[in-house]
Amino acid sequence: MSALVRFVDAGLEGLDIILDRFHRRQGVIGALLLSPSLIILGVFAFFPLLYAIYISLFDTRRGIYNGAGNYLRAFNEPEFWRSVKVTFYYAIGTVPLSLAISFTIAWLLFRIVFARSFFRTLYFLPYVTSAVASATVWRALLRPQSGLINLLLINIGIEPQKWLIEPRGVLNILTDGMIPPAIGPSLALCCIIAFDIWHASGFMIVVFLAGLSSIPKQLEEGARLDGASTWQVIRHVSLPLLSPTIFFLLIVSAIKSFQSFNSFYALVSAPGDDTQNLIVYIYAQFYQNQRIGYGAAVAVLMCAAIVLLTIVQWRFVGRKVHYE
Amino acid sequence: MRPRIGTYALLIAGSLVSVFPFVWMLTTSLKTSREASAPEIDLLPQTLQWANYTNALYAAPFGVYFYNTLIVAFTVMTSVVITSLLAGYAFARLEFRGRNVMFAFLLATMMVPFEVTLIPNFLLVRDLGWYNTYAALIVPWCASAFSIFLVRQSFLALPNDFFEAARVDGCGHLRFLTWIAAPLVKPSLVTIALFSFLGSYNSLIWPIVVTSSEDMRLIQYGLTIFGSETGVQTNLLMCASTIVILPTVALYFLTQRTFLDSALNAGIKG
Repeated sequence: MSALVRFVDAGLEGLDIILDRFHRRQGVIGALLLSPSLIILGVFAFFPLLYAIYISLFDTRRGIYNGAGNYLRAFNEPEFWRSVKVTFYYAIGTVPLSLAISFTIAWLLFRIVFARSFFRTLYFLPYVTSAVASATVWRALLRPQSGLINLLLINIGIEPQKWLIEPRGVLNILTDGMIPPAIGPSLALCCIIAFDIWHASGFMIVVFLAGLSSIPKQLEEGARLDGASTWQVIRHVSLPLLSPTIFFLLIVSAIKSFQSFNSFYALVSAPGDDTQNLIVYIYAQFYQNQRIGYGAAVAVLMCAAIVLLTIVQWRFVGRKVHYE
Repeated sequence: MRPRIGTYALLIAGSLVSVFPFVWMLTTSLKTSREASAPEIDLLPQTLQWANYTNALYAAPFGVYFYNTLIVAFTVMTSVVITSLLAGYAFARLEFRGRNVMFAFLLATMMVPFEVTLIPNFLLVRDLGWYNTYAALIVPWCASAFSIFLVRQSFLALPNDFFEAARVDGCGHLRFLTWIAAPLVKPSLVTIALFSFLGSYNSLIWPIVVTSSEDMRLIQYGLTIFGSETGVQTNLLMCASTIVILPTVALYFLTQRTFLDSALNAGIKG
């Protein structure tokens, strides 16, 4: 082993001597060190963005230039708008709820000493397991016939549900048909939302814990001495001091919620109108319909929406963030 | 702060929600197929059916899926660690013209969502003649802007004296980076190794798009296909899920101390 180390060291020393010829020019060393990363990112991340815009201008099936045709077509396609709606329901369902739930758990975890890291490990577990494998488990639990969840519901006298294959709106089910079934997210979509909150909150909990541990203890203790209630401490001390963390998680999870694919694909094998988000729609255009140019156009629109959303959050929410 | 019973009760209730699906998965995987499909709320099997696991492994070519996935995941992980270490060092510790421009470029690629690049990358990989090869599964993921960013942050957090002392002693950049600097940022390297391994082990859409033959399939796609076949028994399906989940959980337990305690903190605050 030490022979190998010496061999490698000699090689590095040789390279260093050659590089030292350019002693005053760190640019040569810099270029050498950066080139592997920059070439790969340039070819497979930056160039494709420009290429996507280029091919979105073509009718790829007939191989002719199409101008803004693909974009206009997307705007006139009801299926496109339905998947936009699903994407928004999904984002509105997952982002605030998972932030609230993970903050609560992190806050509780932070108050205990005994077994803290044990609980943290348990809460983080869903995050490290693949979405496909845990979705397989959820599918079995939510099966309409003889799934465990329905068996439990029957046991306590509630009507069993069709869960992941239920296209009716969840509001329609809850109000016993008062609200038409087409309004609001479907029960199937709500199951996907619940799955993703379950699957992703471990990451948020860990980040919140890191944020909480950076708050000076004296602030909270001082507020308590002044007679502040638990809720007042959270509202006026913890949350404002955590605002950079919350803001970071808000931006990241909002972007991620637009890109969710694995859980949709793994939970619903044949997506209906109510469970097809934008990325599943793009995938279907590309894979089943071979409409490459059109799929690229929808992807570019989606990218623009993500950038716009991030800017809006940055401008309007970012202003309220307290930095030390 | 006094620990309260209510706090623990809430935490236990919440962690049951987190863990229950996995407990159910494990117990169901050890049931007979009759027990697994019976409409009864019995969590535990009568006798443990360990043979289910060998049956599940024979029911689909999981060996091939695993072999492919491990090759892809380990190659990607090693490459990401090396490319990020080199680039992170250059961004943090070298002065050269164009550095800030390149760093801005890096941050820009971090914001490009993968679905925009999905179709062009497929066309690119096809034109390179990589369709249905390991190269298509590996090469595009061998550098990661996020990982470079993380390594750069940890290099910046180190005191300057280390670097100057080494330079004064006449140690070249490459030797210094390999023997002194890299061990100092080990927590970040462990973190990016874990994240990139999880990323390629759990990836689904890209492997579906760039491969076509059975012998190039990766584990996640293999599992979705196995799960969507009609007539697959629930107990075998749960065995397959357990087998797929096990390696990442093991890796997580091996690395969690390093990665949870130091690196995530540094990454977020930096």
